[in-house]
Amino acid sequence: MSEKAIEMQDNQEEVIQEIDLSAVDEICAKYSGKKGAVIPVLQQVQEHYGYLSREMIERIGENLNVSPHQLYGVLTFYAQFYTTPRGKYVIRVCRGTACHVKGSGRISEVVKEEFGIGNGETSSDLKFTLEEVSCIGACGMAPVIMINDKTYGNLTPENARAIFREYANKEE
Amino acid sequence: MGEHIIDNYEVHVCMGTAGVASGGTEVMEAFRKAFEDAGLPAEIKERNCKVKATGCRGLCARDVLVDIYVPGKEAVTYEHVTAEMVPTIVQEHVVGGEVVKKWAAKDDYYDFYKHQKRYVLKDCGKVDPDSIDDYIAHGGYEAIKKVLKEMTPEQVIEEVKKSGLRGRGGGGFPTGLKWTFCRNSPGDLKYLICNADEGDPGAFMDRSIIEGNPHDVIEGMLIAAYAIGCKEGYIYCRAEYPLAIIRVKKALKDAEERGFLGKNILGTDFEFHLHLKEGAGAFVCGEETALIASIEGERGMPRSRPPFPAVKGLWGKPSNVNNVETFANLPMIILNGADWYASIGTEKSKGTKIFALSGKVKSTGLIEVPMGITVRQLIFDVGGGIPKKRKFKAVQLGGPSGGCLPESLLDTPIDYDSLIAAGAMMGSGGVVVMDETNCMVNVAHFFLTFTQRESCGKCIPCRIGTKTMLDILARITKGQGREGDIELLESLAQDIKVSSLCGLGQTAPNPVLTTIRYFRHEYEAHIKEKRCPGRECTELVKFEVQEDACKKCGICFKVCPVNAITWEKGKVAYIDKSKCVKCRECIVNCPFNAID
Repeated sequence: MSEKAIEMQDNQEEVIQEIDLSAVDEICAKYSGKKGAVIPVLQQVQEHYGYLSREMIERIGENLNVSPHQLYGVLTFYAQFYTTPRGKYVIRVCRGTACHVKGSGRISEVVKEEFGIGNGETSSDLKFTLEEVSCIGACGMAPVIMINDKTYGNLTPENARAIFREYANKEE
Repeated sequence: MGEHIIDNYEVHVCMGTAGVASGGTEVMEAFRKAFEDAGLPAEIKERNCKVKATGCRGLCARDVLVDIYVPGKEAVTYEHVTAEMVPTIVQEHVVGGEVVKKWAAKDDYYDFYKHQKRYVLKDCGKVDPDSIDDYIAHGGYEAIKKVLKEMTPEQVIEEVKKSGLRGRGGGGFPTGLKWTFCRNSPGDLKYLICNADEGDPGAFMDRSIIEGNPHDVIEGMLIAAYAIGCKEGYIYCRAEYPLAIIRVKKALKDAEERGFLGKNILGTDFEFHLHLKEGAGAFVCGEETALIASIEGERGMPRSRPPFPAVKGLWGKPSNVNNVETFANLPMIILNGADWYASIGTEKSKGTKIFALSGKVKSTGLIEVPMGITVRQLIFDVGGGIPKKRKFKAVQLGGPSGGCLPESLLDTPIDYDSLIAAGAMMGSGGVVVMDETNCMVNVAHFFLTFTQRESCGKCIPCRIGTKTMLDILARITKGQGREGDIELLESLAQDIKVSSLCGLGQTAPNPVLTTIRYFRHEYEAHIKEKRCPGRECTELVKFEVQEDACKKCGICFKVCPVNAITWEKGKVAYIDKSKCVKCRECIVNCPFNAID
């Protein structure tokens, strides 16, 4: 993890109130004594809290008897672990081959134009996160994006912009 | 298609990833309501998106696809169905008996299937992926019954060897031989692993098989486990495939409840426990030793071989890793026999191969063809050719490890060895077609961006070498290429290939090498003339209308999102460069290649 990311993590944790970590203990308990527990535990803790804070990681380490350094080593290796809070809507822009050939680079630019966020960044109101992913596996309808679990295909910069604005205008 | 006449009203809606994204859920709900309103007895089944001839599926570009079964009549397929169309279809077709011709699939839809041979995908779409009963009703779990009742493990291996099946994950290693290594390794506890970490951009075969027929993969794994002597197994599935994960979980639970997994399978003393492991997002985990490290909870970095996993794999025990599609081939080899299987395909590549066809081709989707069919047949007969009357430029086979083939090699037969000889590879089966508006240097840059990012960093040549190559490619696409860059790329590529530990590094330079080999003139145009023939490298494109090529049609004027183009009927269009944002919409849409 880059120094910038650690700094971001520290800053964001200051504004976030104390988080109840009891779920971490419960998840770890399910895996006590099992081999290969690290990744499933990290996945489930992240699913519960939305991201992995330094406190959560340290708590997992205590539970599984693994050093936090080792956990950081594992989680920073994989693309799907996040150490900072994520937006309410995660926009995944597919940057796979088929989407690239059909102009997905422009779709990412539209996200930047609309919300001012680049790849891996979250808007300051915690509403949107942009994530460029390597392939969603829906190449038949390239270019493709996913917003949370919903997939949108056959995009143009303009209809993508309309979809983004629809989400931006959604009532809380 | 008389075989599809049935006794009940049925509606089959494509509910694969693409089907759902195109509005499958809404369409299904609309049918449910329309049938209710009409007072008809209906059975509405969720179906998956990759299928046999009548149910289409596989042709994701036409989603939402719907089959209508009316008692006593042939099934009819509708394309691009939306919820608004549903009441009309039900009223006119189901109630009135008249097919709604304007929405029904035409000949070109059936052409897509005519050139295919669907064996592995035969039941994908015929069966409900969430129902073990439906799988059994379609002959499911018969192969494992036959294996347990009639065959010794040695006989199973012999049969698979005889069939000529080679690994579908890309390498093409003979499956039966691979199993022998693991079977002959000493030890009681052996692991069987299914590699469903389909990370190649442009590939979605494994996802489609798991989403469409998960029990087929489980049955294949049972056959392999019995043959090798494995008691424990894992399906390692990419986390990016949420629907596949849901369906595997359900299938595992059902198979366990019915006694196909666990202890004393089918009343014998054969025992096999199968678990699902979700990946966490790392392309390199498709490499088998990295995948094993990931299951163990480590960073997914490849390990040096030997020792091979067959000797020392997961948790130090003998392990065998095969790909999803390889497992899905096994039940039919057992049921139909090795001789039948070996009669399909070419001398050294047997059976069929599933490809994910995408990019600049009319019918994008999932296809299954016999080995030995040519690349040309694949793109033009099955895929219907290039849309918008564009010219074919290149086809990329085998993902980031593969290569780009030019028009002169379109008659290359698709088998493991011919593709390697041409500089590409089977890979996992992604086929991305490119037309004249694509730049080959840009494509090489794209693939290397991917492999460079996904390099695990263990081997220095891969970690630093791919970055250096990427920097060179970047400067070429920006018009800052230098004399000698091509030769430098070639020499770096060779070094990386020979000095990397795993397949990622050994093959990462392939897209660069093949584009240099077949499209050297494009590299030279970038470096020497500061010109991009595909007009994709925006820093080298002037965004000017060529007066002699312009046919004054006004399409560019209509598609420009920032109104930078002025045009009047009968006049050559003009691009105001102070307004132009270089989005390339005009270039991509101009039918006459008049913008340069």
